[in-house]
Amino acid sequence: MQTLSNRTGAALFLAPLLLFLSLAYVVPFLGVAGWSVTLPEPGIGQYSVLLSDPLVQSVFIRTFRICAIVTLASVTCAYAIAFLWVRGTPLQRRITEFCILVPFWISVLTRAFGWVALLSNRGLINTWLQSLGFISEPLALVRNEFGVIVGMTHFLIPFAVFPLASAMRNLDERVLLAARGLGASRTRIFWTVFVPMTMSGIIGAALIVFVFALGFFVTPAILGGGRSVMVAELVYVRLFQSPDWGLAAAISVVLVLIVGALMALLFRTLKPAQMV
Amino acid sequence: MTSYRPGPVALVLGTLVALFLLMPLLAVVPVSLTPSRMLSMPSGELSLRHYRTLIEDPRWLQSILLSLRIGIVSSLISTVLALTFSLGIWMFRPRFSALLVGFVLLPMVVPPVVSALTLYFLLTSISSVSKAIGYDSWLGVALAHSVMTVPFAVVLLLVSLSQVDRRIDLAARGLGASVWERATKVIIPNIRFGLLTAALLSFVLSWEEIGVTLFITSVDAITLPRLMWMGLRDNINPAVAAISVVLILATVAVLTARGLLTRSKG
Repeated sequence: MQTLSNRTGAALFLAPLLLFLSLAYVVPFLGVAGWSVTLPEPGIGQYSVLLSDPLVQSVFIRTFRICAIVTLASVTCAYAIAFLWVRGTPLQRRITEFCILVPFWISVLTRAFGWVALLSNRGLINTWLQSLGFISEPLALVRNEFGVIVGMTHFLIPFAVFPLASAMRNLDERVLLAARGLGASRTRIFWTVFVPMTMSGIIGAALIVFVFALGFFVTPAILGGGRSVMVAELVYVRLFQSPDWGLAAAISVVLVLIVGALMALLFRTLKPAQMV
Repeated sequence: MTSYRPGPVALVLGTLVALFLLMPLLAVVPVSLTPSRMLSMPSGELSLRHYRTLIEDPRWLQSILLSLRIGIVSSLISTVLALTFSLGIWMFRPRFSALLVGFVLLPMVVPPVVSALTLYFLLTSISSVSKAIGYDSWLGVALAHSVMTVPFAVVLLLVSLSQVDRRIDLAARGLGASVWERATKVIIPNIRFGLLTAALLSFVLSWEEIGVTLFITSVDAITLPRLMWMGLRDNINPAVAAISVVLILATVAVLTARGLLTRSKG
């Protein structure tokens, strides 16, 4: 071992994982990309279907719409709780940390199910509203776009909290002191100093949430009840229910391209170190 | 930090978000106690029948054992691979480090559904050679899960390596330690907490993985999340509520224990 040159040493340490991922991830992805131009027949037919088929288009449009709403909602909510987590008293900080970390560690399935338990026709909210006499028929809160948006926002808030909290922690304390010394009110400091100075965190959080939301599968499948299909669920349907592997593969390739473009944007906007 | 505390408005908004985050976790509890066979709120009497199902129905126990086995194997694979890789990056600081790390993080960044389709392609291809690690086999699932969890292990290990004092490694090198000795006797002991966390995180991610698992299993390799999924999709089975409560309690217990542990450490 002692006589190893640096180069062979490095290669020995780095090679196992690089090889593993090349064989188990990159090569099969190329295989999938291959499907997109060979199934059912060679050519770029599937990509022109993507551009012309009204069903596929409506799914893409719905996906972008849901992702935009979810991004806005979860970054706003995350900002509120991150503010309390970073700036609160020690007790407030401990409580908010608990409220952020517990859902973060619980599986997406359990969390989606929790929303079913709350929102379904015989769930908590409808049962209460009915027994209190506010409504006679259960409200349709789930198995539609509303349920999907609520569930996804809930899932993504913790992911938005981390970049926001790190931006809030790195903020220069003296600027706040100066603003205060110059007589700015609490609200004024928040909107004219605090928010602009954490803008990099806001952009980072929004991009992370949007990218995650784009490929979401489990939450829309459970809370959308097959009615509010998003892109990821379309891939599943086209693979297992009404098979069209070429289309599923083409959608995947397009998704990777979109996410790649967004990630490039993310790295251009932020120094990577600010992300986490 | 003390100069600018949240005012009443921030406090109210933050509390509302905190409640929103906890609400669905709390909602599962009453549903799990319903005496009915369908998803509903208990009206009057409570029942533990759905918890009994978890113990009495062999499918739940089998899937729990399967998920444990897959979690342990995939966590071992991904931790070992992530460890050698991160050590290589830290000790040799190769050119294009950032590029290599970026490459390794791909499965974390690519949309899960694309990874799922990719791993479906991988496992069905392997199936034509060997059924034992192919589609719908527990080893195949473990393999796929290691692909998905390895980036997270790499991130954790690189973070804990970045806190190691390079001078101790230089000293070991100056005293004539080989690469192997530096890695096993000097560096690894210094990152053992991070190593443990990486293994634990890989296990947890595999234990609750569902997006990829749905694509690569059908009837044989039914992991716990997969079984929960089947109980959620068509007619909602309240046993899912019972297992959810158990999982939530376990998470809270682990997080509390970890919190106490880190506080007592300093």
